[in-house]
Amino acid sequence: MSKNINVALIGNPNTGKTSVFNQLTGLKQKVGNYPGITVEKKEGICKLPRGVKAHILDLPGTYSLNTTSLDESLVVELLLNKNDKDYPDVAVVISDVENLKRNLLLFTQIKDLKIPTILVINMADRMSRKGISLDVEAMEKKLDTKIALVSTRKRTGIERVKELIADYKSISSKPVLDPTRISPEYFDRLKKTFPQEDLYKLWLVITQDVNFMPIEKKRIQDATDFSTKSKDELKKLQHKETVLRYQLINNILKETYKVDFMAAKGLRASMDKILTHKVFGYLIFFVILLTIFQAIFDWSGYPMDFIDEQFAMASEWVKNTLPAGLFTDLLAEGIIAGIGGIVIFIPQIAFLFLFISLLEESGYMSRVVFLMDRLMRPFGLSGKSVVPLISGNACAIPAIMATRTIENWKERLITILVTPFTTCSARLPVYLILIALVIPEGSFLGLSYQALTLMLLYMIGFGMALLSAMALNKILKIKSRSVFMIEMPTYRLPLLKNVVYTVIEKTKSFVLGAGKIILAISIVLWFLGSNGYSDDFENAESIVTERIEKQGLSIYSKNYIQNNVASYRESVEAEDLEPSILKDSVQVLTEQLSERAVAQEIASYKLEHSYIGQAGKAFEPIVKPLGYDWKIGIAVLTSFAAREVFVGTLATIYSVGSDEEETIKNRMAAELDESGKPLFNLASGISLMLFYAFAMQCMSTLAIVKRETNSWKWPMIQLGFMSVFAYIIALIAYQILI
Amino acid sequence: MATVADLRYGQKGIIKDFTEHTLPIKLMELGCLPGNSVELLQIAPLNDPIYINLSGSHLAIRRSLAELIELDIIEETQAK
Repeated sequence: MSKNINVALIGNPNTGKTSVFNQLTGLKQKVGNYPGITVEKKEGICKLPRGVKAHILDLPGTYSLNTTSLDESLVVELLLNKNDKDYPDVAVVISDVENLKRNLLLFTQIKDLKIPTILVINMADRMSRKGISLDVEAMEKKLDTKIALVSTRKRTGIERVKELIADYKSISSKPVLDPTRISPEYFDRLKKTFPQEDLYKLWLVITQDVNFMPIEKKRIQDATDFSTKSKDELKKLQHKETVLRYQLINNILKETYKVDFMAAKGLRASMDKILTHKVFGYLIFFVILLTIFQAIFDWSGYPMDFIDEQFAMASEWVKNTLPAGLFTDLLAEGIIAGIGGIVIFIPQIAFLFLFISLLEESGYMSRVVFLMDRLMRPFGLSGKSVVPLISGNACAIPAIMATRTIENWKERLITILVTPFTTCSARLPVYLILIALVIPEGSFLGLSYQALTLMLLYMIGFGMALLSAMALNKILKIKSRSVFMIEMPTYRLPLLKNVVYTVIEKTKSFVLGAGKIILAISIVLWFLGSNGYSDDFENAESIVTERIEKQGLSIYSKNYIQNNVASYRESVEAEDLEPSILKDSVQVLTEQLSERAVAQEIASYKLEHSYIGQAGKAFEPIVKPLGYDWKIGIAVLTSFAAREVFVGTLATIYSVGSDEEETIKNRMAAELDESGKPLFNLASGISLMLFYAFAMQCMSTLAIVKRETNSWKWPMIQLGFMSVFAYIIALIAYQILI
Repeated sequence: MATVADLRYGQKGIIKDFTEHTLPIKLMELGCLPGNSVELLQIAPLNDPIYINLSGSHLAIRRSLAELIELDIIEETQAK
């Protein structure tokens, strides 16, 4: 048989559906998006007995076919469309053994669609601990299906699931509930109007006001008198349906499912007492947050430095190995640097998702939502916005990806829009160097001014996010139907496999999704920075060489050489070299250094006369009122690619030989404005910091917002609003302080 | 009329037959049906949301929603 069996995994949230999926497919899975929307689509291939293969689709978790969110309506949409290429030959409903009753509600609905349906009862390992006993055979008969008892933790039962899938043709597709029982009068009328149609499917199309396929919707438009007759009436019927289904299920469970509450032991109650405690709850959450921050700021520093070095080396190697020319430059400075700029984020993203998935898998995340909901509500947000907002303090990209757990679209959109205000780690190098430059040393109540400034900047970022959320809540007119309701799952040890898959998946989706755009813009920036139209640019080399011949190296280059030689002497002092050898090696070093200094001065001159340099000069009148000169202007301009570029750009412009903060800082401190005062003073420094605090300078974030909102509208609004706002605040700050 | 929002720590109630159809269907599907029991497990700081055991489903809901669910309180416990 060449055709794969189409299998759909369906189930309530927190039933371990993803674990079942992972065990069925292993690493042979693919995560993408459904066309046109940002709901994740997970699919994979599973080898079955007798050489058959199954195509497994992991549908979003849902409690029933009555949909309240985009994810859920997707499930209904697929199950109603026989022509969809993913339409299942067999549905596998995953339920967990403790909430079987509730899970069976969904099961009966799926079965009523006349799809062969298998029931998987997961977490079977918990049965004895919870005092649950099951008569599987009797239940199979009553439900008219096949059941597999599975424990993904103990890895049992998966083979049985595979066998049942392979044998799907023998599974009954007879419905459970006769819809006419809901309301004989109403359904008789339906049957008369649409004799060709399946009543239950029709009923779903009428009651679910989601975007169904155009054909279905059109066909049903004739039925408007059935749907708009009375919304209340319909809802009453839906209630009736739920009651009927539960009656049915209760009858079945009465004979087949027993719980001995005396034998049941649970950690949940006692753990909840501590973790959602009014004081300890917050304390524990705070400690967990600190750990996450530590990981993202500190621990990820090592792999990030490593990546940075590797890419610098690769770039250097390309330059030295390939013949000099446009292509080599493009490769070394455009493409490799661009890819490096993407890969550098991987450690932070991986760390953040490692923690998020640990917290989610363990069941703790729901408790955080519970603790924080009331605090977030005045800002138009819910408890579910907390994690993205806090993650934003590391990096807005994974934070915005983490908003997917918010079902309410308005809340999710607001969270996405305000997250970039939080102080991401890319702002940190900019803040650190500016604080060191312009904030005086000294302390207030034992806290240094510099540390206080940094803290204040973090608070401003977070405060601004909350304030703009509040404003957006008033401005945005989006109707959301969903009610705040969150399940508090039992605590469990996270499954390593699930955690690892999540981390790999999220990292991959960042690299492939945002990566393309970052790479493209890096190449454009490289082009603009390394090309110019004027003679000055063309002849940069001869102009600078001539100038150096006449006037010698610039004072900064001289200092650069001197400092390096001095530190070299110091480093070899202990070795007691012979004076002649020392002299020779110093001479060689000096030659090397001045060669590099000349190259730097040429690079600096070239940059000044490149397209970007010209743009910076043209840009100067705009940034002048903020206290910046054209050089800072360029740095700000290039920072729109990514904030951390600020320091690197200044290093290039000032033709400092290294990226070392100390060197750049000294160079910046020496920079004078027209009137001979330091260019980086309290006023311009604070104005710059505030600009960086508010401006939307990160194309990766814009790319991810575009992907998550599926339109350029929102990222463009973000870019425009935040940048204009940043400009105004920076302007006010500078004008007051000067 | 008592509602879920009136429950105190550890208190239980039985959901009454409701005539008002303002309750979201999702809540019904999670077990909010006449005759089923509700137990209050936790109240979040600032009094909202509340954490309940709704006939086996452990849920957090906001007070505004809890006020819509009428019930008979059956168990007077010594509030801790």
